[in-house]
Amino acid sequence: MNDVTSDDPAPQTDPDRDPGRYHLRLYVAGQTTKSLAAMTNLKRFCEEHLAGRYDIEVVDLLTNPQLAAGDQILAIPTLVRRLPSPLKRIIGDLSNTDKVLVGLDIRPKADQP
Amino acid sequence: MLVLRVAQAALHPSKASSRHGSASEARLARPCIRSQVAPETSGTSSIVPDPQAQLTLPKALTGIAGFDDLTFGGLPAGRPSLICGSAGCGKTLFATTFLVNGATRYGEPGVFMSFEERAEDLAANVASLGYDLDGLVAAGRLAIDHVRVERSEIEESGDYDLEGLFIRLGFAVDSVGAKRVVLDTLETLFAGFNDPALLRAELRRLFGWIKDRGLTAIITGERGEGQLTRQGLEEYVSDCVVLLDNRVEDQITTRRLRVVKYRGSAHGTNEYPFLIDHAGISVLPVTSADLDYAVPGGVLPTGIAGLDAMLGPGGFHRGSSILISGEAGTGKSMLSASIVDAACRRGERCLIFAFEESGDQIIRNARSLGLDLTRHRDRGLLRFETARPSLHGLETHLARMHRDLDQFRPDIVVIDPISALRGSASTLQATLLRMIDLIKSRGITAVFTTLRGDGSVGQDDDIGVSSLMDAWIKLENLEANGERTRTLYVIKARGMSHSNQIREYLLSSGGIRLIDAYIGPAGVLTGTARHVQEAQERAAAEERRRETERTLRDVVRRRFAIERQIEELRAGLEAAEDEEERLRSEERLREARSETERQELTARRSAAE
Repeated sequence: MNDVTSDDPAPQTDPDRDPGRYHLRLYVAGQTTKSLAAMTNLKRFCEEHLAGRYDIEVVDLLTNPQLAAGDQILAIPTLVRRLPSPLKRIIGDLSNTDKVLVGLDIRPKADQP
Repeated sequence: MLVLRVAQAALHPSKASSRHGSASEARLARPCIRSQVAPETSGTSSIVPDPQAQLTLPKALTGIAGFDDLTFGGLPAGRPSLICGSAGCGKTLFATTFLVNGATRYGEPGVFMSFEERAEDLAANVASLGYDLDGLVAAGRLAIDHVRVERSEIEESGDYDLEGLFIRLGFAVDSVGAKRVVLDTLETLFAGFNDPALLRAELRRLFGWIKDRGLTAIITGERGEGQLTRQGLEEYVSDCVVLLDNRVEDQITTRRLRVVKYRGSAHGTNEYPFLIDHAGISVLPVTSADLDYAVPGGVLPTGIAGLDAMLGPGGFHRGSSILISGEAGTGKSMLSASIVDAACRRGERCLIFAFEESGDQIIRNARSLGLDLTRHRDRGLLRFETARPSLHGLETHLARMHRDLDQFRPDIVVIDPISALRGSASTLQATLLRMIDLIKSRGITAVFTTLRGDGSVGQDDDIGVSSLMDAWIKLENLEANGERTRTLYVIKARGMSHSNQIREYLLSSGGIRLIDAYIGPAGVLTGTARHVQEAQERAAAEERRRETERTLRDVVRRRFAIERQIEELRAGLEAAEDEEERLRSEERLREARSETERQELTARRSAAE
């Protein structure tokens, strides 16, 4: 699920190694409708707004339950923005596009020239 | 007040009666009820004193002293229970104790899912109680999962469920093979998620899941306005609800616990005080209405020879309650210290609850009587429990006492003094009654001291404790002739003959010594007056002795005189007899001579013819 990203200098953002790059992790529990919807929605956003500068990692907690505690997962599905910091969590099937964009702080960056 | 035993007796008379069977059992079985349950560990079966529902509801022992008694075996096994209460009333500690005891004593590993405190904080908080959470985690008997719900980090978009919570819980349970689960405090979830309807549905699913997995769970909840918990969790957790409470009266806090509901089981319905201190949490069903405790046999000598002599059997009956009343400075504490010293020297165990002095102070004071209490303390026979009366409420004092009695198992308890306890008259009376029951039901001899000479408790009431006591020694300072003298008398001693005399007693480096008081025409003389009187008596006796000697000498002299006269008379008599004899012999001689002369004359006349 890792896409190659382009370097997008964003000097005003946090001092991460690769500030413009989005590292996203989606937690699901099996192939439920909500999980599948979340995956589909997520891919669509990323292609629309973050093309070329994102990673998506899907974690199925049914197979790796020990990973749930690390990112403080309670709700399923949960999307975690690991990078750029700060850490953000968006829960739900991501059907509300606006909330996802706000939650991931994508809109301001997308608006950048 | 008295529900626990009464309820049990009513519901299951045969069980109740068997419980009070033998004296030794009553004495040793501190958890009277647990003794029925103890052999089984949790989960398998347990006894419910309700004939209809009994033997069907398995229970899990919490290991919390007292709580397992009043619930007849602990929390319902394989089901969630709700522990609710306001902040700081001990919910988390209750839950932690449940888990730790499960892991260490009952072979049931547990999972602690904390929504509030981090695992490190949890471990640090209970480390002072001797709970080694980290060690249990390392040993694979406990799993701690800190669930952090940070509202600001969570954005909601579309449908979701709490499957992640289930997965985490399930993973933790599987990782240690847990039988017990604590969720502390679930309601934090309501702050983290926007959709309460969905949360409620998920919680309902969670509790169902816990039951399906057969996990014994404690769910804690914050006390809410008008209901037990803020989010109404009691609607979902319907099997067992326990309410913890922390009430302040007269600036004194008393922790109380109440089993609000326990489906399918009898339980104590009162509010029971409970303690949180260095020994952990303990709930104390300190009420009882029975007077059917076994009476231990034997006599308890007081160690004061004079006092023992005043009591028919040579001491008090064991297991009786003894009141020592007297004003300040009459030596109540020292009298009880003497009793304690004597008991410890016999190898008996003594526990002193002191409300006004520290243990060291009592030891020092007792040393002035030549009593070495330090030795007994070092040997573990003597223990002091000191606390200002204002430190706790009466309930808490009772609760502490209850716990200490069960821990130390003394033969003699001294409570010094009961008049220091503060509270309303009726509360005090009830407290004392329960205190006496508490002690007597264990067959322990109790020595109470009180400052009030008339045996009443408070300052301005006439409630006497004397009727609760089996024996009453009254110490009194008699003031006369510009001095005070300590006197002692036995007002009552149930079940034995006893002296009705007032005795004077002395506190000296040789201990307590009783002296027969002088009772004369002017009343009882004590102290210096007694000394004066005794001196006078000694002088009078001396005078009498001399008088007698004088009289005796006179008599002897008279006797000698008479004897002398008798001698003289006898000499006169002998002289008279001699004279008489002499005269008689002369007479006889003369008669003989005249006879001879007559014959000679006759002869001569015949010859001349």
